[in-house]
Amino acid sequence: MPSYRMQIYGWLLLLPAAVLLIAFTHYPTVATLVQSLFLSGSVTRPAVFVGVENYQFMLEDDVFWQAVRNNIWFALGTIPISIALALQMALWVNRRLPARGLVRMAYFTPTILPMIAVANIWLFFYTPGIGLIDQFLGLFGLPGHNWLGDPDTVLACLIVLTIWKEAGFFMIFYLAALQSLPPELEEAGKLEGAGRWYFFWRITFPLLMPTTLFVVINALINSFKLVDHLFILTKGGPNNASTLLLYYIYEVAFSFFDPSYAATLTVALLAFLALVAIGQFVLLDKRIHYR
Amino acid sequence: MSEIVLDHVSKVWGQTTAVDDVSLTAAAGELLVLLGPSGCGKSTSLRMIAGLEEVSAGRILIEGRDVTRLPPAKRRISMVFQSYALFPHLDVAENIVFGLKVRKLKWAERSARLARVAELVGLGELLHRRPAQLSGGQRQRVALARAIVAENPICLMDEPLSNLDAKLRHDMRVEIRALQQRLGMTVVYVTHDQTEAMSMADQVVLMCDGKIVQAGRPEDLYDRPATTFVASFIGTPPMNLIDLTDGPNGAVVAGAAGRAVLQGPGHGLRLGIRPEHLRLADGAGIEGEIVSADYLGADTILTARVGNQSVLLRVPGRSGLATGEPVRIAWSPESVHVFDGTSGRRMEDGRAVPVAA
Repeated sequence: MPSYRMQIYGWLLLLPAAVLLIAFTHYPTVATLVQSLFLSGSVTRPAVFVGVENYQFMLEDDVFWQAVRNNIWFALGTIPISIALALQMALWVNRRLPARGLVRMAYFTPTILPMIAVANIWLFFYTPGIGLIDQFLGLFGLPGHNWLGDPDTVLACLIVLTIWKEAGFFMIFYLAALQSLPPELEEAGKLEGAGRWYFFWRITFPLLMPTTLFVVINALINSFKLVDHLFILTKGGPNNASTLLLYYIYEVAFSFFDPSYAATLTVALLAFLALVAIGQFVLLDKRIHYR
Repeated sequence: MSEIVLDHVSKVWGQTTAVDDVSLTAAAGELLVLLGPSGCGKSTSLRMIAGLEEVSAGRILIEGRDVTRLPPAKRRISMVFQSYALFPHLDVAENIVFGLKVRKLKWAERSARLARVAELVGLGELLHRRPAQLSGGQRQRVALARAIVAENPICLMDEPLSNLDAKLRHDMRVEIRALQQRLGMTVVYVTHDQTEAMSMADQVVLMCDGKIVQAGRPEDLYDRPATTFVASFIGTPPMNLIDLTDGPNGAVVAGAAGRAVLQGPGHGLRLGIRPEHLRLADGAGIEGEIVSADYLGADTILTARVGNQSVLLRVPGRSGLATGEPVRIAWSPESVHVFDGTSGRRMEDGRAVPVAA
């Protein structure tokens, strides 16, 4: 077969995947970048090229900065705790314990629930006066609190919900990694007199680092990606105290009908996430042992 | 005194008995090999000595101390695992001194011991490599180094050579034996390879189905196998076990109306004789027919049919015999073993007297 026919053959094999990737990933990314340089048009008025003006506007936008701050707190609040909890749960259900399957399932259940359902469950927990938390506090004669209506507590409430939802998911990865560790390592440790705590920090944890990196990146992406619960619980309020970046982008695009500015915010979010991912791989990759 | 005593030790998992009432003693400075086919309970016995497996019944004593309920770290033992169990993210040096760090030895003492052990097992150049960058034999050496650096008087080895190729296995066998004698360690060594057992052991304990079948020096097991199982497990190729039947002048080989090979009745008895104790004879001997010849270089293993039994012979060099050729096979009476056909037990000498064939 002549070589050009091999070439065509090769390209035809690549075509389906290439079409999907270009149509739904690469084209939208480029289009977003282009659109962020224009001012939104309308039926009567065409879009106008404005260069970096949208970005200048973004930097002066208080709500944008509020969303960034919220998002950083949200990430800092959810990632370390959900990962620590996931690891703890994985270590626990990896041991011999009665009804292990049941415990594993219980830990994983929050993950398989749709976020909307989860948000509705927690809405009931947080409802002032009649909610589960307030009723519980009432047993001890403590006053109720409008958990989601108070700018000081609303973000913490969202963090708790997200940890509850995510920890079980990350646990599955840790559990799989733990089960791939050969049991002789632990036996060798036992013979040498290594205690559980020492062995965990010296052997288990370093060997789990590839999983940890994977989980950290996933958790970080999720903390910028998960907004479903905001629609049910707070809609970003009160006073933007619970607005996260993606939710703000949604509002700008579909409530304020300013797709160009939404595109600008999207580019900023993408750039930030790309930077974080690169940083994580460069910094951590060298120090991680892959088998 | 670093002897190990197993006193009527058993291990039961639910319905299965993995180790059934095993008693043995490994004297100080001795290399004891636990030998047996897979699933015979030898590894479980070793893991009970190590404390990695709980003892269901009986006692284990190390240096006169009852360690049956002690955790592994308190037993003053080292262990080499079949998979080596090296920590993949630590380099060779860190792997070796892992236990010393756990015990918080001073840096100076640690590095002195590391240097000594690395020298002993020949790892000097490789101390900063990771296990993944080492060959199988080098990993084996690291595992060995980690076991001896603790300077425990007792070392347990669980099929340490089974992941190596044949040549390396031979070298390591010699090396482990030399190291054990030089350091005066008491070693319990588990293997399913009778060659390892025969060449290394001071004492061989042959196990089957969780029980000890025979224990003794390698030559005891070779010269006086207690049962047909021992006879067929020790030696390559294994001992011939030939069914006998009654004949006019004494016991004859089943299916062959030839010379008598034993005095008295032969029905229900088995004659044991090693291939290396058989020879091809001109006039005397019993008649047979060559079935196949397996040339190995220094010698040839012949398979001959005698009556309805098949018999292996080891003859020097190339035999030059063709398939189907008639031969006469002879042996001297002192190399004959007699076993009970049903129980498989060795018959005491005197009850059945061999005759020269």
